[in-house]
Amino acid sequence: MAAYLKLDHIDKSFARGGQVSEVLKDIRLTIDKGEFVSIIGHSGCGKSTLLNLIAGLTKVSSGAVLLEDKEVDSPGPERAVVFQNHSLLPWLTVYENINLAVSKVFGGTKSRAERHDWIMRNLDLVQMAHAKDKRPAEISGGMKQRVGIARALAMEPKILLLDEPFGALDALTRAHLQDAVMDIHSRLGSTTIMITHDVDEAVLLSDRIVMMTNGPAATIGEVLAVPLARPRRRVELSSDRTFLRCREAVLKFLYERHRFVEAAE
Amino acid sequence: MSATAPFAPLSLKPRPRRKRRFSRLSPDTTTELCLDMSIQAIEDTKVKVFPAPPEPSKVIAFAPKARRRFDPLAILSKLAGTLLPPVVVIVLMLVVWQVACSSPTASLPPPSQVWNEAYDLIAHPFFDNGPQDIGLAWRVLISLQRVAIGFGLAAIVGVALGALVGQSVWAMRGLDPVFQILRTVPPLAWLPLSLAAFRDSSPSAIFVIFITSIWPVIINTAVGVRNIPEDYRNVARILRLNQIEFFVKIMVPAAAPYIFTGLRIGIGLSWLAIVAAEMLTGGVGIGFFIWDAWNSSRLPDIIVALAYIGVTGFCLDRLVAAVGGVVTRGTTAK
Repeated sequence: MAAYLKLDHIDKSFARGGQVSEVLKDIRLTIDKGEFVSIIGHSGCGKSTLLNLIAGLTKVSSGAVLLEDKEVDSPGPERAVVFQNHSLLPWLTVYENINLAVSKVFGGTKSRAERHDWIMRNLDLVQMAHAKDKRPAEISGGMKQRVGIARALAMEPKILLLDEPFGALDALTRAHLQDAVMDIHSRLGSTTIMITHDVDEAVLLSDRIVMMTNGPAATIGEVLAVPLARPRRRVELSSDRTFLRCREAVLKFLYERHRFVEAAE
Repeated sequence: MSATAPFAPLSLKPRPRRKRRFSRLSPDTTTELCLDMSIQAIEDTKVKVFPAPPEPSKVIAFAPKARRRFDPLAILSKLAGTLLPPVVVIVLMLVVWQVACSSPTASLPPPSQVWNEAYDLIAHPFFDNGPQDIGLAWRVLISLQRVAIGFGLAAIVGVALGALVGQSVWAMRGLDPVFQILRTVPPLAWLPLSLAAFRDSSPSAIFVIFITSIWPVIINTAVGVRNIPEDYRNVARILRLNQIEFFVKIMVPAAAPYIFTGLRIGIGLSWLAIVAAEMLTGGVGIGFFIWDAWNSSRLPDIIVALAYIGVTGFCLDRLVAAVGGVVTRGTTAK
């Protein structure tokens, strides 16, 4: 069976002023439909670059990103991104922000009423229907991120890409949103790739955790399968042996075998 | 899962050899007992959570809010606070002016003379006694019409060019030096050239307005477009917005605060330029009125016209600022 998403020997280097810096080297990964995969690694290891490559926002230097056997070479709504800082348009209301995406993606296929229902359904999914007429400046950081997720989901993407989606949130809000993402994933079965630097978050949410080595020329160090049944509940898992083992495995990778060394410049 | 498992390798079973090290401090048996107890303690101790002691909740009633009454005295004092200072300053200025220009040898008329000689201009802004003898309000409106056309064109072309320069590196490299040089040319220096090109005074004046007010619009728009956050661009790319959609839905709203700063500077400059241009081109605008009054030595009329120009310029500036405030609502907020 062909993989849903295939990262085929990807290299990525940036040239700046005659200097070529190699960021990613020989990334090989296949992801099945419906899978939830986290990518974890120290800062500067090229996680976000990898996500941008999958999104098509940056181009690969060599190798290919294949989604359903078709090569990805430009960004598109079938690979929706939830950005770390939500990047909602501040002059539009919550509803209008999602409408921008929905009317562009479904403008030709859905009627006005259908589009409205679709927007409201996605807002309901993240429990933000009550704030549909508010502007982003009027809602909290966690709510903005919920709307960002709703906007991405409203594009009905083949793959949902989350770029450190909870990085800027406080711990309690983060936990709420993690639960929301788990709930959405279980309901929609959406194939999801999440960039994170939070070990607990990775173990709690993922089917597999991809651990990146340190840059330059970072690559995939190990891939850990998380054999925890779903639905997962954070309180029960906090003392679960499998959960702790997985957590320990990731921690050992990050802090023993691939310790982050501050680059001496 | 048993709680002991993780501790197993760390078990502190006292070994006979180590006990001796403590023997000077306490008898062996006691040490052993102590260590045993501590192990016991680790194994038995459970984290205990104490419920908060129940406390009957109390309802504390707010003191009844004082009824807000219509208080004419408070409103009056507030109004006086904002109006009094400028009134005092204006009165003082008039007094100083009156004293300074009262002597028979004074070259400029005092305010009393302005009031007496230019009374019909002050009291009747809208009179119309045929061509070349109309109220100052009409003249201001005619000048405003020219500004509206010239500035309107400058706003449209300026935003479009600014977007181009802000968006494309090559357009910036090519156009920016040209803009930087042309924008320093004083408005009136364009006038002979535009008179030669248009062969008529009215379009020439409009062109001068256009060329004067377009530069701040271009430059500010370009800066605004260059400062559009990368994330907004990424959102547009993921949605595959085309150039026009991107311009209308992302670029203009995102750069709106900058664009309106440019427009505000532009309208001020165009009001400066129209008066100068009309002085030279003639016609019926407020600028020509001043030139005409100078030629017939009606100094009080000039002073009244200056007041009209100042108030109108102030209103234009506030108008653009107000429109900008409404349009960019929410844009500047994070």
